[in-house]
Amino acid sequence: MDISVDAAPAPAPSMRSFQDAFARALLDPALEPAAEIADLARQPGFAVYRNTVMKGCIDALQANYPTVERLVGEEWFRAAARLYVLSAPPASPVLAQYGDGFEGFLAGFEHAAELPYLPGVARLDRYWTEAHIARDESPAIAVPPGCLPTALARAVMRPQPIFTIWQRNRATGPVDESDMAWRGEGALLSRPRDVVRWMGLEAAGCAFLDACAAGRPLGDACEAACRADPGVDVTALFERLLEAGALRQLDA
Amino acid sequence: MTLAPTVGLGLKAQHYADALAAPADGLWFEVHAENYMVEGGPRLAWLEAIRARHPVSLHGVALSLAADAPADDAHLARLARLVRRFEPVLVSEHLAWSGWGGAYFPDLLPVPRTGKSLERIVANVDRAQEAMGRRIAIENPSHYLRIAAHEWDEIGFMSEIARRTGCGLLLDVNNVHVSANNLGGSAEAYLDAFPGDLVTEIHLAGHKPDPNLGDALLIDSHDAPVAPAVWALFARLVGRIGARPTLIERDGDVPDFPTLLRERAIAGETLGCALRVAA
Repeated sequence: MDISVDAAPAPAPSMRSFQDAFARALLDPALEPAAEIADLARQPGFAVYRNTVMKGCIDALQANYPTVERLVGEEWFRAAARLYVLSAPPASPVLAQYGDGFEGFLAGFEHAAELPYLPGVARLDRYWTEAHIARDESPAIAVPPGCLPTALARAVMRPQPIFTIWQRNRATGPVDESDMAWRGEGALLSRPRDVVRWMGLEAAGCAFLDACAAGRPLGDACEAACRADPGVDVTALFERLLEAGALRQLDA
Repeated sequence: MTLAPTVGLGLKAQHYADALAAPADGLWFEVHAENYMVEGGPRLAWLEAIRARHPVSLHGVALSLAADAPADDAHLARLARLVRRFEPVLVSEHLAWSGWGGAYFPDLLPVPRTGKSLERIVANVDRAQEAMGRRIAIENPSHYLRIAAHEWDEIGFMSEIARRTGCGLLLDVNNVHVSANNLGGSAEAYLDAFPGDLVTEIHLAGHKPDPNLGDALLIDSHDAPVAPAVWALFARLVGRIGARPTLIERDGDVPDFPTLLRERAIAGETLGCALRVAA
């Protein structure tokens, strides 16, 4: 084993230039390796690091976007994920948070152009993860008058039936293949206690929660809900959101 | 709290319920710290419940001690928070780097063992131990590359880091086997020369041949049972230095929990023999 020292060691590159060169060569095999690591990049063992780094990133995306993977198949997913990794390698070692740009990547990915619902499904996978690892908080059972409700849940509305598609493919059992109405859908994800929960939510509810998430006052949130659906029953909506554990407990 | 020299298992999410229910006959669990660097939720709740029943060890994979930069304050704060919350019996990290230029590379990257890198790693281990308020251990890496720029041999390098920082050493026997195979040399000679008094933990894991190069290049893949050659090296090591807390790592192709318990029993036999000889 390499526990001995060569008789005439090569002059050592500085640590900094070694790591600069090594890091660059990891993600770009086509790049001519810098002199500092040229003799390493030529060895077959260098590919082990390249492969492990890429596999670690792709595995993390696959774990974070299981519904997207189920819809497109593992091979397609991993090929797309590889391109995403090259465009946006992880910045943080907390890989549960990796891939917040994956939805946007899919939206601009030419090979996904025929799957317009895919970015919306990715958003729901992302919200699932965010809810799963979010701070433990008790949802409000009532919001006293005059208090500013803040969102514990995340909601999204899309022109495709993203919630039906997501829900059918999120589970591991056989996929429900029955017909679905092709219309816009919204959904809400929250973790009121220890388990992530989801429900379909219409445009008014999504607009209401978006306004809460943006820190807007209650009046603005109601207005946003009414703009999205002039016929909305705001009181009923508010009660449903409370029931879903979608609003944060406030210190009265 | 110190840990008796028994055999622990790497904790996987699919085994949470089994781990919680398992008899506490010296069983302990090790987790990758980064998987628990989250704000809340079921992951932390499970670890809390398991921690109430079994000792837990914290194994970091991303502190990047061997990067030519001060260990990241935010990452150290996250580690320190986990140490405060879970009071792990062991805390360990790697002789490697993984963060550079704002990017994270999910691997344990190699560093030339030079006077310069020694200074940097010593400073980073000091920082880490200061931030966590406790001693840590650092692990010998698996090697895939011949690096001409080494000035130190690995055992001398790690011993010097331990001498200057007071840290312990985590000796991964599979890494020794893989490295000796890939770079040429004797795993037995390496283990025989390793300073036993600094070893606070032993790791065992499985490896795989490289898909293209076969046995000429072994990959430290953690996706297979411990290999017979590694069991033999483990027996040789504990025969010399005595029993230590020993972990079986399994990160890929994870079998059911009873299968892991059976592998654990094999390691337990070897440790038991060492304890009986010492008694």
